[in-house]
Amino acid sequence: MPPKALVLRTAGTNCDRESEYAFGKAGAVAERVHVNRLIAEPQLLDGYQILCLPGGFSYGDDLGAGRVLASQLVVHLRDRLAAFIGGGKLVIGICNGFQVLVKTGLLPGPVAEGESPMAQTTTVTYNDSGKFEDRWVHLRVDTDHCVFLRKGELLYLPVAHGEGKVIPRDKAHREALERLGRVALRYVGPDGEDAPGYPGNPNGSLGDIAGMTDATGHVFGLMPHPERHLSGYQHPQWTRLGAKDEGDGLRVFTRAVEFFA
Amino acid sequence: MVYEIEVFPRPPLQDAVGRAAVSQAADLHLKGIRDVASSRVYYLKSAMTAAEAARAARALMADPVSEMFRLRADGGAWSGEAPEHVAGRKAMLVTRKAGVMDPVAGSLVSAVKDLGLAIEAAHTGTRYYVEGSPDEGALERLAWRVLANDCIEDVVADGKPFEFREGRPYVFQQRQVPIRELSDGELERLSRQSHLFLSLAEMQAIRDHYRGLGREPSDIELETLAQTWSEHCVHKTMKGVIEYNGTETIDNLLKSTIARATRELARPWCVSVFEDNAGVVRFDDEHNVCFKVETHNHPSAIEPYGGAATGIGGCIRDPMGTGLGARPILNTDVFCFAPPDTDPETLPQGALHPKRVMRGVVSGVRDYGNRMGIPTANGSVYFDERYLGNPLVYCGVVGIMPKDKSFKQTRTGDLAVVVGGRTGRDGIHGATFSSAELTETSDTEFSHAVQIGDAITQKRMLDALLQARDRGLYSAITDCGAGGLSSSVGEMGAELGARVHLDRVPLKYAGLSYTEIWISEAQERMTISVPPERLDEIMALFASEDVEATVIGEFTDTRRLELFYGGQKVGELDMGFLHNGVPRQRRTATWTAPSHDEPRASRKKNFGKDLHAILKSWNVCSKHWIIRQYDHEVQGTSVIKPLVGPGEDGPGDAAVIAPVYGSTRGLAVGNGMNPKYSDIDPYAMAAAGIDEALRNVVAVGGDPSQTCILDNFCWGNCEKPDRLGGLVRAAKACYDVAKAYGTPFVSGKDSLNNEYQTAGGTIAIPGTLLVSAMAIVPDVRCTATSDLKRDGSVLYLVGVTKDELGGSHYWAQKGKIGRRAPLPDLATAPKVFAAMHAAIRGGLVRSCHDLSEGGLAVAAAEMALAGRLGAEIVLSKVQRDGDVTRDEQILFSESTTRFLVEVDRLKSSEFEKTLYGVVRSQIGTVNDTGRLKVIGLKGEAVIDESIDALRESWLRPLDW
Repeated sequence: MPPKALVLRTAGTNCDRESEYAFGKAGAVAERVHVNRLIAEPQLLDGYQILCLPGGFSYGDDLGAGRVLASQLVVHLRDRLAAFIGGGKLVIGICNGFQVLVKTGLLPGPVAEGESPMAQTTTVTYNDSGKFEDRWVHLRVDTDHCVFLRKGELLYLPVAHGEGKVIPRDKAHREALERLGRVALRYVGPDGEDAPGYPGNPNGSLGDIAGMTDATGHVFGLMPHPERHLSGYQHPQWTRLGAKDEGDGLRVFTRAVEFFA
Repeated sequence: MVYEIEVFPRPPLQDAVGRAAVSQAADLHLKGIRDVASSRVYYLKSAMTAAEAARAARALMADPVSEMFRLRADGGAWSGEAPEHVAGRKAMLVTRKAGVMDPVAGSLVSAVKDLGLAIEAAHTGTRYYVEGSPDEGALERLAWRVLANDCIEDVVADGKPFEFREGRPYVFQQRQVPIRELSDGELERLSRQSHLFLSLAEMQAIRDHYRGLGREPSDIELETLAQTWSEHCVHKTMKGVIEYNGTETIDNLLKSTIARATRELARPWCVSVFEDNAGVVRFDDEHNVCFKVETHNHPSAIEPYGGAATGIGGCIRDPMGTGLGARPILNTDVFCFAPPDTDPETLPQGALHPKRVMRGVVSGVRDYGNRMGIPTANGSVYFDERYLGNPLVYCGVVGIMPKDKSFKQTRTGDLAVVVGGRTGRDGIHGATFSSAELTETSDTEFSHAVQIGDAITQKRMLDALLQARDRGLYSAITDCGAGGLSSSVGEMGAELGARVHLDRVPLKYAGLSYTEIWISEAQERMTISVPPERLDEIMALFASEDVEATVIGEFTDTRRLELFYGGQKVGELDMGFLHNGVPRQRRTATWTAPSHDEPRASRKKNFGKDLHAILKSWNVCSKHWIIRQYDHEVQGTSVIKPLVGPGEDGPGDAAVIAPVYGSTRGLAVGNGMNPKYSDIDPYAMAAAGIDEALRNVVAVGGDPSQTCILDNFCWGNCEKPDRLGGLVRAAKACYDVAKAYGTPFVSGKDSLNNEYQTAGGTIAIPGTLLVSAMAIVPDVRCTATSDLKRDGSVLYLVGVTKDELGGSHYWAQKGKIGRRAPLPDLATAPKVFAAMHAAIRGGLVRSCHDLSEGGLAVAAAEMALAGRLGAEIVLSKVQRDGDVTRDEQILFSESTTRFLVEVDRLKSSEFEKTLYGVVRSQIGTVNDTGRLKVIGLKGEAVIDESIDALRESWLRPLDW
């Protein structure tokens, strides 16, 4: 049976339809569910294997990107989410969804014994350029334990955000994240080389961090949009390079589906 | 208790808001301002404890990693953290005026409640800490020209406590306006003083109507008539009688030109044209698409951010209110500004600096469009000194809907339900304001017409409405646009009748009179008609999505509009008089061709500098600073993006999207606009605009035989015969060209009072027609982009080059206009478009770019700089008219219906065969020299420039 993915939406979510389509294309059965319904019937979550927090501007990002939805998840669904993740299921947060996961503390998650699983240790804040930017970026997978990725692979995906700069709490924390393989995706140059500088790193993220995973590798979040590169015809240069059979982003969804095969 | 929570970026993290203020102060030459730091300020009116307030601050307001905060109660002592550098600086708090939309405050109240804490109200602001020794004047200018806008914001000096202000309760009082005994002069005065902006003839018609009824109108009746009869709503000029040049009487310009082309073309794929809120055409077997473009010029002149945001917000509601509601799938935005380097000392009184206008407009569209999750994938920007004080902001939205949801029908007995945002005093008189000229005092007189958008309220409403549509829960829908409820309910009940209880409309704050409720243009509202048996289901749906919806009345069969407040009838109008009683306008129009000198031929031998100058000019240079701030890929439908080439920085011609997941059928959207040609002949301006819009969509693979177009006129004051004469010329061109090209107009709009009065005289904008085109792309895999692809390809120029430098960018660089503006050849142009489409569809085209601003030289430079490849072009090979004898004509003439096309050498004979009967010639080749070389008629290089240098010139001007 194909796995079921719950695409969580709320006021201001706006990448839920394409995320639903991405999971469907990858072989899952995806459904969009409003957070009000999930809060009213939290047991709904038990019927799904994958939780997707899609992109958008949840509640307008009025109090900072992802802040209000993160607060709702912590207040209303804390235990349910812990059980979901503890049960070997998968969570992916894309763009605004990543911001939400970081602000709940689920990403990058505790790095030492005794740390709370839902306490924010890292943040995602305003781009160094001071503005929203839509552009394509080269990415490299730098972790070996994230279900959605394979270490060393390169991806080309678009970013579109105003608040994408990842800042871990302090230097020691950042080093711990690197050591523990929590830095899942990094902005790199076209051939996978380190430290691309702006605009290769479009927001000034420390350590060029573009995506993170937790200790289990089951929770993954990223600023770029894999659901916008499912087909070769979405590549910005397909008219000169030719269109590939599928876009780089599709793999992220396929892996999640294969995990349950 | 009022808690104040102040949040700062945690040093050493940068303070982007403060940094932007410093740079904008420098733009305005404000002296003595060394640094500006900023903080976000939240006021909570709440009975919670200080510890709870701190908990709320930590959970919701201040980020634990990147920010720090301090807190105080009732203006007492601070506790918490603040950066050291703000101490001792001059502080100013900028905060929204009471009653102005503050979406953040709304979100904060809900989120605080969600934490389980009590809260009554919230308010937000930004505090600025200024370092330096500015004098009072500089500080004042910093406050009002950079940090705040008087229309919507207050600046509170340091130390003054903040107070929550509440609306005063409204005391019901029914008002009548005695009109039956007024003289003509008194009628005119009443019209102006009450901001009705009705003409004398219209006021007389109303007076006579009430004489016949034997009573005086109530205030709400008069306001309803003024809104419904406003130029903005009924287009009296375009639909009136015009005496043209003393030789021709035009009865309804719209019907006899623009709509006539559509009627005569009778395209089977036109589903609903000039009827609904947007024009509807067929997309595929299951879907229709609709397209609407509107302007929001006057509000954007006064408050650029709010004006532009509500402009795009309002335009998004057009597809949402078309048929039974379409889902928006693409935004397009076209702006006209005065040059951003305008000297701030020369600004007329009351006008904002164009750079501030531009920044505000771009951020307004960005914040609203991005939040709605609609890709903004097409647009353009045009600069001319005459847009000073009168910028143009065109917003367009494409929507898609199931075929069987394309028509609506309100029925007697249906309930009138208002959905979405609450009603406030914002936007009152927007419809009449947009029909007036701007003056030095407009910014204060009409500040209530300006609004702030709340995109998330609208997104929420959209999500809920689409579900209600698919479940068949309502019978009709329309947006509360200009005129508010008065226009939406009035329109939906025009053939039936309606009864409305105004006291049931949910308000943002107390104190609104029944008339204010009725005509408020508060944003993010739609009106739907709901069959009573569907009410429970639709209300439950709205509640589950946190959308407010309220039954405010019902549709009847009386053909009367009956308005009540607290059970008392406050107004009653006959629908027939309301919708058909406006007297036809009779106006005089004259047009005489202006006489410009034809500039002398240049004897120059090299035009490299001219090419650089045009690439650097505001109109031609790269708009990436704007494009990248818009999310042009949300929804995952984008196939051809606005920036192309290996560096993803070259200029695309039009956007292509594939809006139905899993299908390769697409839409191309492009636009054309050439206000400079208006100075020679508005006919040429309009004709070239249509040609350009069509060129853009054809260049990327759009099918010209399945292309619809939209007209959006922005003109000066058409009570002046010369202005109206130009409009008639332009409208005539619309008929001729649309008819010849087979491209029907399906929707349009006009804004006819774009003049700015100053003490020194009137600034009228150049007659500006925006033509927007939407084409079916039969297969998005058969499309093309403009970047040169491969060394060794051959370059074809398709179309004839004529002696048409009039209004060109080449002459504009030299401050000249000239006599001969480009005019398309209506007999051959459609063949060119059809042949080009066949070639692209057949996979014969490696790259393709239309020739527009700057002609052949600029098109070749753009293709080369986008593709990072060189090219060599030989001007003697260019097919041209006999009077084209000079290099500068061939290089820079802006003759229409031309494309520069890159073709694989092996496919050149097939390409030529496909273009049989169309003028085309091989004029050059693509190479890897990294240079653009053009050989002149005398056999010597007239341009030989490095591609990198050309790209530098093109990229830098707007690299903000």
